[in-house]
Amino acid sequence: MSANVILAGVGGQGAVLASKLLARAAMGRGLPVKTAETIGMAQRGGSVFSHVRVGEGTHSPLIGRGRADAIVAFEPAEAVRQLPFLRPGGMVVTSDAPVVPVSAATGGPAYDLPAIMSYLQECVGEKNLVVVDAAAAEAELGTARALNVVLLGAAARAGALGPVTVDDLADAVRATVSPRFLDLDLAALSIGDVFFRADKMGQACPRAYGTSSRAIWPIGPLQ
Amino acid sequence: MHREFLMGNEAMAAGALAAGVNVVAGYPGTPSTEVLETVARRRGEGVYVEWSVNEKAALEVAAGAAYAGARALVTMKQVGLNVASDPLMSLSYIGVKGGMVVLVADDPGPISSQTEQDTRTFAAYAKLPILDPSSPSEAYEMMGEAFVLSEELGCPVIVRPTTRVDHGYEDVEVADPEEWSRNEPEGFVRDPSRWVIFPALSVRAHASIERRDALLAKRLSGYARNTMTQTAGPAARPRLGVATQGISATYVAENLGEKDDVRVLRVATPYPFPEDLAADFLDGLDEVLCVEELDPVIERALVAACGRRGLSVKIRGKLTGDIQPSGENTVESVGRAIDAFLGKGEANEIEAPGISPRAVSQAEGRECLSTEKCPAPPTLPIRPPVLCAGCPHRASFYAVKKAMRGRKTLFCGDIGCYTLGNAKPLDMVDTCLCMGAGINIAQGVTHVEPDTAAFAFVGDSTFFASGITGVVNAFYNQANMTLVVLDNSTTAMTGHQPHPGTGRTMMGQVVEKVSIERVLLAIGLAVVETVDPLDHEAAVETVRRVADEPGVKAIIFRSPCVVLARPRATSAVDVEKCVGCQRCVRELGCPALVPDATTGKVRIDATQCTGCTLCEQICPTHAISGGERL
Repeated sequence: MSANVILAGVGGQGAVLASKLLARAAMGRGLPVKTAETIGMAQRGGSVFSHVRVGEGTHSPLIGRGRADAIVAFEPAEAVRQLPFLRPGGMVVTSDAPVVPVSAATGGPAYDLPAIMSYLQECVGEKNLVVVDAAAAEAELGTARALNVVLLGAAARAGALGPVTVDDLADAVRATVSPRFLDLDLAALSIGDVFFRADKMGQACPRAYGTSSRAIWPIGPLQ
Repeated sequence: MHREFLMGNEAMAAGALAAGVNVVAGYPGTPSTEVLETVARRRGEGVYVEWSVNEKAALEVAAGAAYAGARALVTMKQVGLNVASDPLMSLSYIGVKGGMVVLVADDPGPISSQTEQDTRTFAAYAKLPILDPSSPSEAYEMMGEAFVLSEELGCPVIVRPTTRVDHGYEDVEVADPEEWSRNEPEGFVRDPSRWVIFPALSVRAHASIERRDALLAKRLSGYARNTMTQTAGPAARPRLGVATQGISATYVAENLGEKDDVRVLRVATPYPFPEDLAADFLDGLDEVLCVEELDPVIERALVAACGRRGLSVKIRGKLTGDIQPSGENTVESVGRAIDAFLGKGEANEIEAPGISPRAVSQAEGRECLSTEKCPAPPTLPIRPPVLCAGCPHRASFYAVKKAMRGRKTLFCGDIGCYTLGNAKPLDMVDTCLCMGAGINIAQGVTHVEPDTAAFAFVGDSTFFASGITGVVNAFYNQANMTLVVLDNSTTAMTGHQPHPGTGRTMMGQVVEKVSIERVLLAIGLAVVETVDPLDHEAAVETVRRVADEPGVKAIIFRSPCVVLARPRATSAVDVEKCVGCQRCVRELGCPALVPDATTGKVRIDATQCTGCTLCEQICPTHAISGGERL
């Protein structure tokens, strides 16, 4: 079993930490892991990505374009930015909450969230797109700081992380996270269960988390 | 031994510790920084580690330790090697007694650097052996091998990882502390004929270095990390070869299939070049594709080998336009080049330089999902790196901008987070060259344009690294300019390393701080004023007053880095009072200020706001309040 996963977000969202958790979870299964990280200037609010390669037979820490099995994005525009790396039939798990850069307010391109979400839907296909309601997750956890772990949990549940399960991730959290954040991160992994249950959803919606009253793009029918 | 998931830089630190390193010095710089930090974290008793004031000092500390028989490691990024090159060039002639490894991290792309210089070329220039790892595990092993080689040859050995090796993670087999080698340094043995460089010594040393490197090149053909392999295609004797190195070797491996008939040479010691092995590789081949990053080092060496040995092999690579001449290689850029070389794909159209995956995906989202058709992607927001919300540098730049509005000015920047003051809306960096350069560049411009009010912005760590000599030069030579020290009491850009102004060392000692004010006063500056940049009115008033003083004068803007400090209380916008003028957004560009797309009113993102109060102080309707500055 192998998996090539790209984690994408904005500097400060915890992509490096999430990639370490994922790698640790895979190693807990006895699988070899390679990762490549963005470290340095781009971390100051820039686009960041981590490549995580799990399983035998890999050489390079970087994933080639069109060869990623999944993209896990902490920010929707960053999911689109990494799409060239996704293989046909690959899965995208993304947060619905945009991080609007300063440039959008100072003359740069505007942030067009509806266009970004419908593009994801069109390109990736509803079957392979999981949208996490970041506001609902924040309300549940009382903080937005564990969004990276929420996304990892959602990705594992959606089968986007190959052999890595939510239990593997929980083991990795217990092994690496400092006691101060342990409960928060374990809760962040488990809230997927809460949001996943159809009776909590109000509608049968296995691939979207929460009913999101603030959904401002047409997500269309979800099976 | 045990297995550990390590970053390349952590693996190299572990490798040095396993080899019994005694003394480690360096100056922070992406992508090299974590090596020394890891040594500091994992070191046992008796290992000395320091962040030096700059790379030249670090290299000299390591050299002194190696003179005394210690195993010494010095770490830096590629542009740091320029700073350290003066002692290194001479050290190449003098040599060392204990093993000395010079770890220089190169940055193809470049991703976080000013230049794309290739330390392999530098090694040939300095006549020092260099090892080029292709993975964290190999980098771990190479550290120990480099120390052994250095001791045997009596000269420093360079280990040259690149960003993808430095910042790639892998599970690495590492030695337990009980298994570490122990090195008991003999101490310095006085011998002027050995340790004092004079032309007579240099005449002898140069000749012996040339002899040594010729012999070493032969020996390195047998070094197990210089490899020649063959893919498992049907031909027993392939006609095509690929020569590669470092991380590019893994991209080659990703792209060669079982049916390809290709011989592969991987060069781990680009200098001295293992030419005998290369000749075996070239034997019987028609063409070779050289896949490497930065300079065409292997390509030139193979061309030379063909000429010297009268071999008729066509050598392709950067010089023939088959591989991009600059920028980072990627899995797919190498894939395209190999497919074209093997006649499997289209002719390889070299993309514009700088095709890091990030640049590619930013430039075009079109080819996604490789085979499935996708519409053109929507315009994505651009995310240049920005100063953090609440960063005191923003307040400093804004104060100078406001104070000097309408005047003829020059704003010379320098290397650090504050280079990001160039971004709109601040737009406050007119020049940036290299560490510490801004001070004398400002001086130089004023000799040509005396009516310009010239400012040089320099961070605290950069001031200590190479700013002080610049101030002495400007002061002594009667320049007329304002020095602005942006003192956030840390080396922020590279991850908050201590420096002489912080009062802490990497050994964990609390020491006397070197005072920037007292250094400047000792040089002779008559006006040295310190002000909190987040006190906006006072900051603007200070700039106005100081800038009109004659000669070289200094303002020290002192406020802690917000990444380290915990906010006390964040600011909030009173929506009743906010008129949606967005002055705060337009003037400050703080990422915590988020204008609403429909109402135009501004909201403050509480997860980012540090309560610096700068926006509170400039809001014309006093709609923002609640912050508490640090």
